[in-house]
Amino acid sequence: MTRRRGMFWAIFAAVTLVVAGGVSYFASSSPDGLDSATLQGCQVIENGGEEVLTGDCIAQHASDHPLSASPLADYTVAGHDWSGGLAGVIGVAVTLAVAGAAFWAIARSKSRAARRD
Amino acid sequence: MDVSYVAMHMSDGIVNAPTSVSFAVLALAAMALCAWRARTELDERAVPLAGLVAAFIFAVQMVNFPILPGVSGHLLGGALAAILVGPFTGALCIAIVLVVQSLLFADGGVTALGTNITNMALIGVAAGYGTAVLLYTLARRRSEQVPTGVLGGIAFASALAGTVCAAMGFVIEYAVGGASSTSLGMVAGYMFGTHVLIGIGEGVITAVTVMAVAQARPDLVYLLRRSRVEVPA
Repeated sequence: MTRRRGMFWAIFAAVTLVVAGGVSYFASSSPDGLDSATLQGCQVIENGGEEVLTGDCIAQHASDHPLSASPLADYTVAGHDWSGGLAGVIGVAVTLAVAGAAFWAIARSKSRAARRD
Repeated sequence: MDVSYVAMHMSDGIVNAPTSVSFAVLALAAMALCAWRARTELDERAVPLAGLVAAFIFAVQMVNFPILPGVSGHLLGGALAAILVGPFTGALCIAIVLVVQSLLFADGGVTALGTNITNMALIGVAAGYGTAVLLYTLARRRSEQVPTGVLGGIAFASALAGTVCAAMGFVIEYAVGGASSTSLGMVAGYMFGTHVLIGIGEGVITAVTVMAVAQARPDLVYLLRRSRVEVPA
């Protein structure tokens, strides 16, 4: 039973890593439903390697991300083309660490409160 | 902006500053409430699943799937998180994913965090989990032991409802403080149509994941745990 339980966590973690580190390479690079809604009314034209919006749309009001120069911006490591999977694995590790710490603290505050009663 | 970008959430500047601030206050207050109420859902046994669910949602959100020519969609994860770990813990999972994406990967604006959390962590979870509880209660009236396939159907419908409602959250924010001349009716119609399609993809991912966890470890699934402690309907 313990072995089977261990298997469950191992498989769940492995699937998560494979999705972030491998399957993510096959993701569609088209804008998602929301982005696409903000682009309605505009045309995207290439101008010297830069994307420029012409027309009138919501996306024109979007400002650049204040952290767009961050080393992991746009799910790459230092902007390398091949690094999307690595960025994904880093993201999984950070999310797991942050969420795990937060939830552990919440669960512990409960058992402390219970002991006080 | 790079051509092959993977931006997925609202950017800064799409709604005006007062609207951003209002939704940031709302999101912060709601997250504090969730942290408080999550104590009823989280015991030491539930912590590993909750952490892993957040990491899993981060991973799956990276995988945009095509829904129309030139338009994609990705998992939001509200219904999935709520069914597996509970609504309050689930909302915190989504909020943590959004904060990591914004601050580490420059995806989704920083001043837009309030609106993004409101849409995906609050509205998406509330609508998704509400639908799941309603359908699960109905299913339990027919049979005490709900078959895994039926649970999959419930997960699918909940995810679809959560996705469409989260999209309508954006429409409300745009109506309140949209900084553009694009008509509200156009935005509402476009968001609704695309998010029904995205919701189908979300529904499939949610159903497969919930069924897999329910098959392997039914004792961990919050929706199933919760009904064992309460009086059956």
